[in-house]
Amino acid sequence: MKRFSYTRPTEVSEALAEAEGEDVYFLAGGTNLVDLMKENVERPRHLVDITHLPLDRIEEVGSGLKIGALVPNSDLAHDPRVAERYPLLSLALLNGASPQLRNSATTGGNLLQRTRCYYFYDVATPCNKRDPGTGCQAIGGLTRLHAILGASPHCIATHPSDMCVAMAALDAVVHVESASGARTIPFEEFHRLPDDTPERDTTLEPGELVTAVELPPTRFDKHYTYLKLRDRQSYAFALVSVAAAMHLEDGVMTDVRLVLGGVAHKPWRDRDAEAFLSGKAPERAHFSDAADVVLAQARGQGANDFKIELAHRAIVRALDQAARGSPQSITDKRIA
Amino acid sequence: MYRFPQTVPKGVETEDAIPVRLVINEEPMVLDVPPWTSLLDLLRHRLALTGTKKGCDHGQCGACTVLVDGRRINSCLKLAVSLDGAEITTIEGMAGEDGALHPLQEAFVRHDGFQCGYCTPGQICSAQGLLNEGHAESREEVKELMSGNICRCGAYPNILDAIEDVLNDRVSEPRMPE
Repeated sequence: MKRFSYTRPTEVSEALAEAEGEDVYFLAGGTNLVDLMKENVERPRHLVDITHLPLDRIEEVGSGLKIGALVPNSDLAHDPRVAERYPLLSLALLNGASPQLRNSATTGGNLLQRTRCYYFYDVATPCNKRDPGTGCQAIGGLTRLHAILGASPHCIATHPSDMCVAMAALDAVVHVESASGARTIPFEEFHRLPDDTPERDTTLEPGELVTAVELPPTRFDKHYTYLKLRDRQSYAFALVSVAAAMHLEDGVMTDVRLVLGGVAHKPWRDRDAEAFLSGKAPERAHFSDAADVVLAQARGQGANDFKIELAHRAIVRALDQAARGSPQSITDKRIA
Repeated sequence: MYRFPQTVPKGVETEDAIPVRLVINEEPMVLDVPPWTSLLDLLRHRLALTGTKKGCDHGQCGACTVLVDGRRINSCLKLAVSLDGAEITTIEGMAGEDGALHPLQEAFVRHDGFQCGYCTPGQICSAQGLLNEGHAESREEVKELMSGNICRCGAYPNILDAIEDVLNDRVSEPRMPE
C-alpha cells in the first residue's frame, strides 16, 4: 500500500476543509477503498477518515426518510421504518455482500463503491477507468460481470451495488456538501455511463462529500421484489438483478418501477418500460414485452451474451413476483 | 491469557504513527499505529494475537472476522486508526476467565465443526456476531447469515449444527459419518 497522511475530523466542516487538493480521499467503512489501496488501484496522498462525523442517523423528513451517509448497510436494512415502508431497500441490502461487510459498509460508501471488473483491479493490465487513455482489456476478455447495456468502446464495467438498484427504483435523492456549499442530486443523475470518461463513476465534483440519501414517501410496501441472480447463492455480485415495484388498482398496474443491476455502468432504470406497463393488467405477456423494451439495445460482449436472455427472464419473473406480492426470499433460494 | 511483549516491528517509522485508544479483549490500551495498518495486522503482528487469521486479506473469506463493539467485521479491511475508542473482541477473548471454553467453542468441538481449523476463529467470532444480531432463527437463516465465512474443508453441516445448538440453547448429538 502506498503511504499516505491521515486525519480524523469530528465535524463535517473540518472534513470538507481537508478535502482540497489532489488525491485526497474520504474513508468511511473501508470495505472497498482499503481493498483497492492494498491493490494499488487507489493511491490516496491524504486520507480524511470521516467515520467520526455525526452522519450516522436516520431521520424522518416529511413522510420520507433521510439516511445519514455513515449509516451501516446492516442498520439500514434492519431499521424498522425502512423494513416497513421501504422493504425493497431492505431486501436489496440483505442480498449484498456478507453480514460482516454490511456491518462496516456505509450508505455513502455503497453509493461510491467501484466496479469489480477484474481488469480494473489488476494494475498489470491497461484500464481506462483506472488509468485513462490506456485502453480496455475487458473488451474481448473475461466479461461475465460486464455490461450489456450502456457500455462504450472505452469501458464495459458494471456498477456492483444492490442497494443502489433499489434506491434508483425508489426515486432517492443524494445530498452532497463541499466547502463551497450543499446541493442535491436525483439518484438517476448520480451515477453516469462510461462514454469516453470511464474514470468518472459519478457526477460528484472534486471535494464533494455525500452526507445523506433521502427517500421520498412511497407505497411500495406490498408489490415489490429484488431478484438477484449470481454464480453462487449468497455472498457474490449479481450477474443480473432486478428491482421491481408497482401499485395495483382495479386490476391494472400503476406507478411501475423497473431497475436492473449488474448489467450497466449504473443502476439501469428504464422509464419507457415502466410507462409501457402502466395501465396494463399484470400479465406475463406484458412483462415479456416490457423486457423486450428494456433489452432492445442490449449488446453482449461474447462471453456474457447469456446475460441478455437471463435478464429477460429475470425481468419477467421479478415483475410477476411483484404483482403477486411475493418478494424473493433471501433464505429460500428457489425462485418463486 | 498468554501475552507477547508489545514491540514495534522493523521498518515502521514511528513519526508516521497516530495514537489510537482501543479496548482489546477487555484490556484498555493506547497504541501508536501507522495509518495504513489494518486491524488484522495490528492484532497479529503488533499484539501477537494470532488467533485471528489472514486468509485472503480482501474481505472475501471471513477468516479475519472479529467483533467491534459487539458487531462482526472483517478486520483485514479496517484501518486500525479508524477504530479509535472501539472495543474489540478476538477469539482469544471468547473463553472465560478461568479458560473455560465459550459455548460456541464447546459446540464446535462437540460437532467437529472444522478439519484444518484455519477458518474456525473467524467462524466462531462470526457466529457470536450472528447471535448478537438476533436475526437468525431457522437453520436456513443461519446458513445465509454465515455465508461471509468460507470453509475450504467443507465442514459446513457441522458448523451449522454447532451454531444451531448455541442458538437453541441445547446440546445435541454430533452427526455420525454415514
